[in-house]
Parts: sequence; structure tokens; C-alpha cells
Amino acid sequence: MAIPKMMGTEVEFGITVRNDREFDPIAICVMLVNAYREEPGARILWDYDQENPLADARGFQADGEKYTPNQQENIARNKTLTNGARYYVDHAHPEYSCPEVTNPRDLVVHERAGERIVELSRRATRALLPEGMELLLHKNNSDRKGNSYGCHENYLMDRRTSFKQIVEQLMPFFVSRQIYSGAGKVGSENRANPCDYQLAQRSDFFETEVALDTMVKRPIINTRDEPHADREKYRRLHVIVGDSNMSEYTIWLRQGVTALVLAMIEDGAASRDLSLRDPVRAIREVSHDTALGLELELISGRKLSALQVQREYLEMALRYAADRLLPDWTPAILEHWGQVLDALARDPYELADRLDWVIKKVMIERFMERKGLNWQSPQVAMLDLQYHDLRPDKGLYFLLEQQGQVRRVVRDEEITRAIMEPPTDTRAYFRGQCLQRYGDEVFGVNWDSISFGAGGDAVKRILMAEPLKGSKAHVQELLERSKNASELVRNMSS
Amino acid sequence: MKQTKTTIQNGADLESFGVLRAAEQERGQKRKSGGGDGDAGGKPAGGAKLASKGQKLKEDMDSLLDEIDEVLEENAEEFVKNYVQRGGE
Repeated sequence: MAIPKMMGTEVEFGITVRNDREFDPIAICVMLVNAYREEPGARILWDYDQENPLADARGFQADGEKYTPNQQENIARNKTLTNGARYYVDHAHPEYSCPEVTNPRDLVVHERAGERIVELSRRATRALLPEGMELLLHKNNSDRKGNSYGCHENYLMDRRTSFKQIVEQLMPFFVSRQIYSGAGKVGSENRANPCDYQLAQRSDFFETEVALDTMVKRPIINTRDEPHADREKYRRLHVIVGDSNMSEYTIWLRQGVTALVLAMIEDGAASRDLSLRDPVRAIREVSHDTALGLELELISGRKLSALQVQREYLEMALRYAADRLLPDWTPAILEHWGQVLDALARDPYELADRLDWVIKKVMIERFMERKGLNWQSPQVAMLDLQYHDLRPDKGLYFLLEQQGQVRRVVRDEEITRAIMEPPTDTRAYFRGQCLQRYGDEVFGVNWDSISFGAGGDAVKRILMAEPLKGSKAHVQELLERSKNASELVRNMSS
Repeated sequence: MKQTKTTIQNGADLESFGVLRAAEQERGQKRKSGGGDGDAGGKPAGGAKLASKGQKLKEDMDSLLDEIDEVLEENAEEFVKNYVQRGGE
């Protein structure tokens, strides 16, 4: 039986400063994350002790130096928020890692809360920047000049499922899912063939099938093996192949379908041989094929389009779901997955209120028509970029949303609440509550630990190796009878 | 034809987004059916309706183009040229 597919995303944002071409992105990122004032997260360390980004899921340790900043730098770059998220500087980008959630709908709520948090801190930088300069942020994945940054999805998996099986059964899925999960991009880059418009922002950047790297020679399947949980029992599948989506519906569908397929792999229910002859070439070609007609060569000799590959997965999923008790979000995901594939086969424009790549394409085409522009026009590139702008009054996706042109999945009130409040059904609840209640006493945090150490006391670290423990049902009573962190630690050990 | 109303978990009925409606009213937008939230939530529509839906959405978007034109970065060419990011992840 597949384990619950707890999930979360890490979104890196594009950052630029208007009227300052020489800006230092790292310094600006530090300014940005520190402009977000949520007491008491300002003084808490990110606990690097448990991190090991060089562990490879194929069973070895890569060479390289593990990054551990000094205390001052650590605090300047890392903010742990009362909603259980981590908001930080990753290389030269601000990044928001949402708290762990148990279903695709909560993922939408928390990923979008992250957009608002980043926008709130952007606004707070106005007072810090010289007159005439403005910090701008984009939830996108490329500058269209060959530089890419990611939106990583994470899914909890059963350690007993072999990584080899995951790779084999997931690869065709990842190559093909961009027909609905792509965020759309004008043009191509990274030495890919020229094109006017393509389905995905990231697909030009994948150069190998399986590897540990995320920054150079990017793999379709990433092998980073950092479970942030009991490593005897769990694996955290670190998915780097996806785009940053703006559309709630696209995020919801992407997360739900992927989680379902992973559960099927764990249960041995994704066993049809769909292995592609050349996945790296295929992922680029599928992205460039907005007509969705391109046939991919399978190792078995069959030829299937990306749409047909997705239909194969859907068929397996329907069979899988027929005789199993699955999470309550599953039926809606299955239904919408089918509807989306049907609509893509008939006319992708039917999805102009749901899928990012279609929403953006229709908007651009209408604008081009109106203005007599072509795909090479700078205004068209600007439309692409500004679709991802986080400013609610300038971002074109938000404009479409305000006009009721795109389908919502969650309510604004839920997003607003998630800016401060953690999900209630994972360990993120415990983390967020500890920050809310005992923030002054929190010394350091990581996904699977929280340590307390007020004053000169010895630091006490609480490990959270079980990602689903620490939920409201599990710890609310404990929290309520613990007035401070010392009491909490005492109550937990008694 | 199936006419079930899909509820996406936690009772968030796709048809009842008060927020969305409020935003539309504020802008005095008169919406026709078949757009963002009207028939959302997985009611498979009739063939004729589906065939015209993509086209209609495009038409609905016309009123938006003025607004897009208004907010679009004025100096697009320079902005796009200067938009350079470091690789991340």
C-alpha cells in the first residue's frame, strides 16, 4: 500500500531592480527576505546539521563541499515563518519553500501564500531602495538568455520502492506531463531549436536523464537523497523538471496527478512499458510542439504522442483507483485529468482559463493581433515576462484572475490565512505553532527538527522524523499545556 | 450526459467563489456564461458549447487587452534586454 503523498514546493523567483543594471542580486535578495518582518523569525538559525545535498539516491555520496554559512550569514539568509515555511536566499534568488501539506489543494493555498509573502517583502523594500529604483519579482523559470532557476516539487515516498523503478516508470510521465503543466514560453534558449512559443519554461534546459546536479547539466530526474525524515522509511522525491505555475488549476492538477502516479509506482501499478528511446531529446521536442501531434519513439518500437503517453498513465490510474481506498482528493484529480486530456485532443484553447501555457498563448495572440506584432516583438517577450510579475496590479496573470478569466481552485481568504498559519495535518503544524508560541526560545529549525535554547541553557533539539506526526490532532493538547519551551520539552520527555 | 458537480475537497465548491464574484462586480464587468467560474468544476458541456468555448474565451479577452496595454511595461525592449538572471537551484 502506497504511503500518503505528503508534498511541498520550493519556488525560486526571478529578481531585478529597475534603473540599476549593476545591482548585486545576492545583496538584494538578503534585503528582500529581511524586509519581511514577522517576529520572531528574524533571529532564528536554519539548522544545517541534518542537511546532505550530496547524498545520491543511487546509493553513493557525491564529492563536493557542503555549504554551511556562519551564524550571522545564516540568520541574514534564512527566515523560518510561523506558517511552517522557509523563506530564504538561495544563490542569487529569493526562494520560498512552503510547509509540508497532504493534498494538492492545500499545496495551491500554501504556494500562493508564498507569492504574497514575497510580494509583501518586495513592497517593504521600497523604503530601503534609492529614489527611482524598484525591485521587481517574477515567478518564472528563465531569463530567455540561457539562465534558469527552478520550481521544485517534493513528494514523500516509501524507501522500499527502488529508485531504478521510480526512474523507469516516471521518465515518460515527466517528459509528457508538460502538455498540461507547462507555464508557456516565448522562444527558445540553451541551444535548442528556434521556435515562436513552447509549452514549458524549463524543457530547453534538461541535458541528461538522471543525475544529482540541479544547476549544470540538469537531469530530468534528480537523485538528491535528503529525506528530511526517517531515512530508513522514507525518500523525498525531489522533482526539478517542472515549471513555476501561476494558474491555481495547473498547480492543483500537476501536484495531484504526479502524487497519484507516484503512489501507483509504489504499488506496482504503473508497469506498462512506456520507456522512451531518447527522453532528453523528447522533453525538448514535446515542449516545442504546441500542436501536440509529435510522435515519440518508445524502446518497445511503439510510437506515441505525449498526449497518448498521458492517456496510458490515466488508464493505469483509473484501473488502480477502481479497487482501492485512495485519498479523498483522488476522484476529482482523475476526473479533471481526463477532461484536460480530452480537451487537449480536441482543441487546447478550450483550456484558456485553466492551463498556464494556453492562458498565456491566447493572451499573447490576441494582443499581437490587436497591435500587429509578431512573436519576435519585444512587447511579446514582455507579455511573457509580465505574466509572471508578482505585483497584483501589474502582473498579467493577476489581471486575468481579477477579471474572472481564469479558474480558481481556492479562496482568497484561505491564501491570506496561510500567510501566518501552518497546515494542520503535518509536522508543519508543530513547527509553525512552536514559532508562534515559543518564538523567543527557538534557536534553530530544519524540516525535521526544531531546537530550543533560550539564554545560556543547553540547546534541546526535538526531532520530527515522522512527517505526518506533529499535526494539530497530535500535538494541540501538548502545546496548550506548555506555557513555554522548557515546559514543552519537559512535557515531551515525561 | 453526466451533470455531477465536482467538489474539490474540503468543501471548496468551484462554483462558489465569492471572492471572484466580488472582484468582477467591483469592476462592473458583465460576464457571459462559460467563462471563468460559471460552469467550472467539471460539468462536461455539450459538443456545440465546447466547440465555441475556446473562441468565446478569446472574445471575452478583448476587453482585457486595453487593460493589458495600459499596464504593460512601457519600455519593453530595454526591460527585456536587461532582464538577466543568474542560474539558480
